Amino acid sequence: MKPELEKRIVKGPDGFEFEVDPIRDYFCETPPTVMTAAYSAIIEKLFNWARAESIWILGFGTGCGAIEMRPLMTPRFDAYRYGVQWRPTPRQSNLFIISGYLSVKTLKRVIRSYEQMQNPKYVVGLGSCTINGGMYWDSYNTIKRLDDYLPVDLYIAGCMPRPEALLAGIVELKKIIRAGKAEGANIYAEKFEWYKANQKRVIHDWDMPDYNW
Amino acid sequence: MQALYHRLKALFPLGELTEQRENLVFVTVDAAHLRSLLLQLRDIEGFTHLVLLTAVDWIETGEFQLTYLLGNRAKRQDIGVRVMLSREQATMATIHDLWPTAATYQRELREMFGIDFPQSPGVNEEFILEGWNDIPPYRRDFNTLDYAEATYNDRPGRESRDPATYMREKLYGEGH
Amino acid sequence: MAYQPDRSQYPQRRPDGTLDIDLTSGKYLKLWQGPQHPGITGNMSVELTVCGDEVVAGKTHVGYLHRGFEKLMERRTFIQCFPIVCRICVPEPDFNEYCYAAAVEELAGITSPERANWIRTLILEMGRINSYMMYLGGQAGSLGQGVIGQWTTYARDLMLDRFEELTGARIYHMFILPGGVRDGLPEGFKQRMEETLKEIESILKDVYNVMYCNAVFKKRTVGIGYIDPQLLDSYGITGPTARAAGVAKDVRRDQPYLVYDQLDFEPITGKDSDIYTRADVRRRDLLMSVDLIRQILAKMPDSGELMAKLPNVLHWQIPRGETYIRGECSRGEYGYYLVTDGSGYPRRVNVRGPSYTHAVALLERLIVNINIADVAALMVSLHTYPPEIER
Repeated sequence: MKPELEKRIVKGPDGFEFEVDPIRDYFCETPPTVMTAAYSAIIEKLFNWARAESIWILGFGTGCGAIEMRPLMTPRFDAYRYGVQWRPTPRQSNLFIISGYLSVKTLKRVIRSYEQMQNPKYVVGLGSCTINGGMYWDSYNTIKRLDDYLPVDLYIAGCMPRPEALLAGIVELKKIIRAGKAEGANIYAEKFEWYKANQKRVIHDWDMPDYNW
Repeated sequence: MQALYHRLKALFPLGELTEQRENLVFVTVDAAHLRSLLLQLRDIEGFTHLVLLTAVDWIETGEFQLTYLLGNRAKRQDIGVRVMLSREQATMATIHDLWPTAATYQRELREMFGIDFPQSPGVNEEFILEGWNDIPPYRRDFNTLDYAEATYNDRPGRESRDPATYMREKLYGEGH
Repeated sequence: MAYQPDRSQYPQRRPDGTLDIDLTSGKYLKLWQGPQHPGITGNMSVELTVCGDEVVAGKTHVGYLHRGFEKLMERRTFIQCFPIVCRICVPEPDFNEYCYAAAVEELAGITSPERANWIRTLILEMGRINSYMMYLGGQAGSLGQGVIGQWTTYARDLMLDRFEELTGARIYHMFILPGGVRDGLPEGFKQRMEETLKEIESILKDVYNVMYCNAVFKKRTVGIGYIDPQLLDSYGITGPTARAAGVAKDVRRDQPYLVYDQLDFEPITGKDSDIYTRADVRRRDLLMSVDLIRQILAKMPDSGELMAKLPNVLHWQIPRGETYIRGECSRGEYGYYLVTDGSGYPRRVNVRGPSYTHAVALLERLIVNINIADVAALMVSLHTYPPEIER
């Protein structure tokens, strides 16, 4: 565990000393809960329509797929016309594009970023390496199946997928959301124990709370 | 490069000279003379650029080979200095005071090969891996396929073939 | 009166040279820039210790993109290594292919044909333009000029089209095989290339007017991130970063490879060695690449062999040996150190990316005493691609 995460005595500006336990004090550890649908089917449909038309992507390039995000943001491919935009912070975004292979070190950061995102949230796995390991099937440092660790709504195959494939993937994701089938966050809440067990099996130095948001 | 070798040979107990190209040679030296040889190369012979520092695992003979590759830009020459270390007690003197950037290489070698460089800054900190609890991964006796199969789940349906056998079957048909 | 920061709160040095930073004192704050941060070059992070808004210590953390290439290549045959080497560095993958192919050729005693060498040079220069275009967008974006990124990404897309025409892929081309290249130039390629180059030149003119002549850009980059020319050798600095400090380090001139000895160019140097000069050296280098591509297209032979005869790749064994091949990529010296042991597999491959020295030891030194807001600009100006640090 890192020294700054250990329990320690801190002296306040008024000279009063108190104990700080960063993991308990700085984060909320309550596990996620299932978000129920709206009371009326019409309202839920309206919500899903709104969600599908405002996909905000978290700007976290986890792997090589991030290089095709730049062309998507520019007028040639212009993903903005689909209601897509990139946000710098997880609090404002609802789609996490895992752009390629995840090393164990990045997986830890990805889980933290994912848990900080607001419900409802979606995950798209980009590239063959998120599906079954791809090129790195025998590597000691990359995970092979993304859906063991996070609930994935959609995969885009290829190494690396072209921007057109990404656009097609986004359109497909919108259809899934409008049909009310993109329930990733609820699945994560329901099978929380299973996901956590999987994550802890590969991340050996788990020095963060089980759930942080 | 022959003249350079003979000049150095008079000062240090060097091994055989391997001439790879006209401007790239490799020499072997023992660990005790490495530092003075590097200083001679850097300060007198003009090999001021540390190109890279890396290791090769010769598991058959139980040795690590450290390669210090130095470049001389004015004369357009490169020299690789090889040092053989025992695999059992892999410890080497640090050169971070000659080239500050060597500290990074030494940190990586410590993590990836388990070669210790005492007193190199931050050498025991994690550099690339995080929470690694197996033997250092670049050692030859670490099997990355076995580790990956034991640690990460496969997706059912993926077919993996041995490429050499598969290509042979495709090219020559069954039974070859 | 000029602004004078209050340095009375700054940490003292201990006798062993380390800084005496007591985080519980409340004077200092630890900030993480990255890996999930818009102001970072790719997937890496810098741990900043700040006092006020000035950085007193920085530490680079890498390893988020580690896939263990050097290990994976030890269990692949020589030809199987070829499709994975380009994945080591994403924005400029061709140098991996070239350096690996040249190292294998040298150890196996194969010579690639003359025409293949010309096409290889063409591809490397096209890749350099791509990489510099990404850099320009990043450098302007790190100082809040979003529009430059839009223009350069458009120009880069045009170059990617030419790549697609030539190699069939946008990002990972897998075109430079050990022994030669896959194919010659398609019909009408030279003319379309000329149109692309013209477009790129006109975009660069706009970029120059909007970015380099901009008062804000100048104020925030001139004099910041100064690299002493005496540090070049001790920190292993190469490429445009070294050339901006006035030293004409350029592998294309120093140790000409491929057909660079038949091309007419001079390494571009600057004087001031700050962020602005580095950006300017890269812009002029980009224009030189445009010129080099024109020269290559004019001088290259139109017919001839493209591949040397390779042994049966299934049983391809290379005798014991070791070599180092270097090339001048857009960030500096890119090199492959290859060791073979007589079997059908490489014994050891080591990739020497320029970011390895620039982004770790050098960045940690330069980052001290600059403002938090300038950290991103400084990092981009070293042109860091994290995948080549950790492979």
